[in-house]
Amino acid sequence: MKKGKWGLIIFGLVIFIVGVTFPVWYGAGTSAPAPVLDMDTPVIKSMPNKKCVEDTAFIRAHHMKLLDAWRDEAVRDGHREYTAKDGRRFEKSLTGTCLQCHSNKSAFCDRCHNYVGAKPSCFSCHIVPEEVKK
Amino acid sequence: MLEKALKGGRIYGIWIAFLLVIAATGIFFYLRQLDYGLGITGMSRDVSWGLYIAQFTFLVGVAASAVMLVLPYYLHDYKAFGRMTVLGEFLAVSAVIMCILFVFVDLGQPSRVMNVLLHPTPNSILFWDMVVLSGYLLINLMIGWVVLSCTKKEIPPPAWVKPLIYLSIPWAISIHTVTAFIYAGLPGRSFWLTAIMAPRFLSSAFASGPALLILICLVLKRFGRFDAGEKAISALSKIVAYALAVSIFFVGVELFTVFYSGLPEHEAHFQYLFAGLHGHFNLVPWMWASTLLAFAALAMLIIPQIRRREEALAAACAAVFVSLWIEKGLGLVITGFIPSPLETITEYSPTGPEMAITLGVWAAGFLILTGLYRIFTGVHFERDNP
Amino acid sequence: MSTNRRDFLKIAGASALTLIMCPILPVCARENLQVPGMESAPAKPLTAKRWAMAIDTSKCPPGCTDCVAACHAVHNVPNIGNSKDDVKWIWTEPFASVFPAENHSYSGQAQQKMRVPVLCNQCANPPCVRVCPTQATFKRADGIVMMDYHRCIGCRLCMAACPYGARSMNYRDPRPFIAKINPDFPTRTKGVVEKCNFCQERLAKGLLPACVLACKSKALVFGDVEDPHSEIRKLIENRFTLRRRASLGTVPQIYYIL
Repeated sequence: MKKGKWGLIIFGLVIFIVGVTFPVWYGAGTSAPAPVLDMDTPVIKSMPNKKCVEDTAFIRAHHMKLLDAWRDEAVRDGHREYTAKDGRRFEKSLTGTCLQCHSNKSAFCDRCHNYVGAKPSCFSCHIVPEEVKK
Repeated sequence: MLEKALKGGRIYGIWIAFLLVIAATGIFFYLRQLDYGLGITGMSRDVSWGLYIAQFTFLVGVAASAVMLVLPYYLHDYKAFGRMTVLGEFLAVSAVIMCILFVFVDLGQPSRVMNVLLHPTPNSILFWDMVVLSGYLLINLMIGWVVLSCTKKEIPPPAWVKPLIYLSIPWAISIHTVTAFIYAGLPGRSFWLTAIMAPRFLSSAFASGPALLILICLVLKRFGRFDAGEKAISALSKIVAYALAVSIFFVGVELFTVFYSGLPEHEAHFQYLFAGLHGHFNLVPWMWASTLLAFAALAMLIIPQIRRREEALAAACAAVFVSLWIEKGLGLVITGFIPSPLETITEYSPTGPEMAITLGVWAAGFLILTGLYRIFTGVHFERDNP
Repeated sequence: MSTNRRDFLKIAGASALTLIMCPILPVCARENLQVPGMESAPAKPLTAKRWAMAIDTSKCPPGCTDCVAACHAVHNVPNIGNSKDDVKWIWTEPFASVFPAENHSYSGQAQQKMRVPVLCNQCANPPCVRVCPTQATFKRADGIVMMDYHRCIGCRLCMAACPYGARSMNYRDPRPFIAKINPDFPTRTKGVVEKCNFCQERLAKGLLPACVLACKSKALVFGDVEDPHSEIRKLIENRFTLRRRASLGTVPQIYYIL
């Protein structure tokens, strides 16, 4: 009786550990190619100095936090102007600012988001100009 | 003690399987609702709350009714309820869980539910309802479990649980008061704009909750190896009788105020409810059924000779439960929206998926209730038959 | 991965360089003015102490819905086509529904047939703001009762609280029901409540509300009621006005001239 109980406990623990570590070993061995982000849009091409709102490293790491802050400040406080670290000023707007240069959402935003498995809900409301024109 | 919930005879197994199937059906349709949106329900722009919120409102009452066992036993040393208080607390636990589930399935954006905690808003009654409901859940789960564990070990409950029990009494009143305030504080909804809303909620709760408890006790006596005792059942049935009488009285008070004053905005809702308005009668048969059941039950419960007969008592309690379920679980919430602020009448009837999800939540609640009661009866059976 | 990292460092280095160089080279800064979204000459926003609207229904041509069409096109309001799931920001209702207390059985044909534009009343004491459990609905300093669609959990308590029926729930995904999407304004997602926002997004760009501009007969007057010289203030000072269900204490900011 006691032996059977221990067996059951260990069996349960194994299932638990396998389940919890599933995400770790699920993708092991397979490798997805790193995303290549396409910067080849008409607006970016025409820019003599190809610089985002902030420098690329910052934007790459923190764009979601920046957009989060923009959204609260623009919607809730009515503060719609962002002053970058270098003093340039921008409208706090995903569609009005970001997507004007990066008009190729599918070849820019989506590639990286798909690669890291992020599913931002921004675009269930915010409009991608390229999609509307279709 | 938990393992006791997993053991049982054939009937127990069939009952659990039955509940699991209903709950699974509910989950299936909930996933469809998540995909399609709340448009899958019968709710509309005009009637923007339906079956889900109505069930929530009704079940808050069932949860609050545990106080009708706790108060006589702990404050007045009414010994007959001694064995049963835990039943009341466990009923409260499963009812509160159902309440939370019903609010959850009613949300348009359930993934954002944590916003209520991330942006706490003290001027919102819904915020306070969340606070009191989760507090009530914890208190009752703790009291019930500790008291039952001590029963198992045949030791008296620890001293620290007593203040918690005393706290649970006003807390029970608070959950239904705050829930009533959700409705009673809205300026444009004349049907709900009444100071008697919270007292009405409480009186109907103290009838429907104990009525359900009596029914459960009668079932446990027959199938569940647990007898609550004749004295306890008889005391409970008196509580149901008085609470039902008060509840009917409160509705009468409301009707007088509304119709004698003749304020059209207030009258329209009651007309829709009991007589129909401009050719719309969806709720009329339900409300008359509820009224007849309430009076029939009251007659059976106030005559001692009838009340003492087990079959008659069961019938009366079932009538009370159904009657008040119609009143709270259908009439009260939906009628608040009919007619609309722009005086249009939009009828509401729940859709199939909506009913499946509703039944699914009820099944989930009864699954928890069954498990907890199984543990309870198991502990008592072992103690009584060593 | 290694090439990726090298690319990353290159970009990071280059951007760090620009960051240092930009203040030194005035040319660079001027060229940057072409970046979209950058505020070269920001439009002057319209501001007020308290925004309000007056509606002179006597000027409304019978059957006219220009204000409705303009608003719903600008704000991507879907046309779902059934009253159950419908979304409305501004629409018209019979006089008797809008002002039930002012209606009587001897009122003339004109009044009985009259349709009155209705929209969110932008209450100074808004019940929807009071009840919202997440502050998704809030009141701005200029009086606009606004919604933060990012925060709304879709509990619909605000719909129960609104005494004007001004709020709509997105019972389903609105996008398939928008005839022509305006790319300058977001749509909503299923599961959130929405309503008229007094064109706050247009005010920020110095534009009057879409309904006001769309009205050819100038029946809608928009302005700051706290400004004693404003057109709206003079209008509501000199004419007899009604507000919907003002007895509820919500202090509605839509003034009707009949």
